[in-house]
Amino acid sequence: MNTRPLRLISLLFLVAGLTACGESEPPWRGHDITGVMPELAYNLVDENSELVSAGAYADNIRLLFFGFTHCPDICPVTLGRLKAAIATLEPAQRERIRVLFVSVDPERDPPAVLRRYTDNFGERFIGMTGSQAQLRELTKRYRVTYGYGEKDKNGFYPVSHSSAVFVFDPQGNARLLFNQSLTVTDIAADLERLIDAGATVETRAKGRKAVAQAATGAGTANYP
Amino acid sequence: MVDEGLLSWLRLLLPWEPLWPLIATFMLVLAIYVRGLGRRSQLSDMPGALGFLTGLAMMYAVMQTHLDYLAQYMFFVHRGQHLVLHHLGPFLIALSAPSAVLAAGSPNWLRAAWQRLAGSLPVRAIYRVVQQPVIAGLLFVGLIYFWLIPSVHFDAMLNARYYWLMNLSMAIDGLLFWWLMLDPRPPGATPVTRGIGVRIAVLCAVMPPQILLGAWIALSRDVIFDVYAVCGRAWPISPMVDQQLGGLLTWIPAAMMSVLATLVLLRLHFRNERARRSPTPYPATSEAL
Repeated sequence: MNTRPLRLISLLFLVAGLTACGESEPPWRGHDITGVMPELAYNLVDENSELVSAGAYADNIRLLFFGFTHCPDICPVTLGRLKAAIATLEPAQRERIRVLFVSVDPERDPPAVLRRYTDNFGERFIGMTGSQAQLRELTKRYRVTYGYGEKDKNGFYPVSHSSAVFVFDPQGNARLLFNQSLTVTDIAADLERLIDAGATVETRAKGRKAVAQAATGAGTANYP
Repeated sequence: MVDEGLLSWLRLLLPWEPLWPLIATFMLVLAIYVRGLGRRSQLSDMPGALGFLTGLAMMYAVMQTHLDYLAQYMFFVHRGQHLVLHHLGPFLIALSAPSAVLAAGSPNWLRAAWQRLAGSLPVRAIYRVVQQPVIAGLLFVGLIYFWLIPSVHFDAMLNARYYWLMNLSMAIDGLLFWWLMLDPRPPGATPVTRGIGVRIAVLCAVMPPQILLGAWIALSRDVIFDVYAVCGRAWPISPMVDQQLGGLLTWIPAAMMSVLATLVLLRLHFRNERARRSPTPYPATSEAL
């Protein structure tokens, strides 16, 4: 009689443990922003002087980063880290990733300058910029901002900008935020996991499509 | 050119993120107050009106003008915003003892609704609990600490809903706290009108934790709140300078408000004492609720 409550408690723990094992996933290395930030949307000019919107590079995991090519530290370090993380992935996985480098300094970063700059980091990197109105709209959408400092004797001026990388899944949903504390390994691990999750969704969708087609096929077979 | 400049200045008065219910509330309170002033047309209302309208305008300005944009992207402006929302604005509003003017300006249906709400048992019970001096002091300091926990602060600045929850909770708690502290009625007039001594004790008790927190932020050698780097700052400024300024704003003016309130309470105490001793009652509470 006395052991009954004990047994009940251990059973409860067992159930709790099982459900925990079954449901919980390891946390992301980056900051999870699923549902917090809106889906990817922008109207900009890319490094080939073409108008682009969020429809471009759809089906890719997109890494959005705001900066400027005269940036002395944060931009080259962040883009370098992304480059190193992407380099650790399989070639097929690399094809699934696009880094959108949005310059918030359009005055000094026309498309040609942007192209030269992003070429340093690899073909997965695309430079973009826009008018002040377009840039303000996009930065406000992700609750970030930028600002310009005073010009010095050489005409150089500093630019304040977001140091974070916003990660969007192939459907354009905001998923993760990489800040400066993440290592190359952390970034690569999260990217790989996102690619795998995307692949699973795709296979499932393809599977469903195949089943649906088979079903309709069977249906049409009955009614030739 | 002049028009361009004027326009860009006017644009600074527009909200960065308009919160229509909030704007409507401010406008309603303003309209009722001004109407009340007109209906009473007493010269003695004027000092109070100055305090009330200044407090109201300050609270509106930090939430629904370009200042809110700066507060989202600069730590020290954010600390200034909370100084206004939690200390300065509510302090001025409570000091102005606006109940009589607001009551005079309210339409009948609103006054009746307010009396029903304020008279209902659950509301009275909750009000008594949050206005219990120890709880009120803990809430006052606790909220400042809570929203400055780095991980909480990170989410609040990144998530629009948390951001407004943070600001409104500071504003409401500020109003409750200073309303309790600066209540001009003689102690004991209502169950929540506390003795002057108790109130001064609470004001003293909330000072050291604020000083400690402000000093810790101002003197820290590392950047504590990295969300401002993540979101970008409104203009290029050293993160450490931004943090030190914010720490100083949390440290010095916040604690000074307690000293100011103590002076106000001492004056109130002497006035009450004089009124008690003089054979003809001194109209100490004529301007009160």
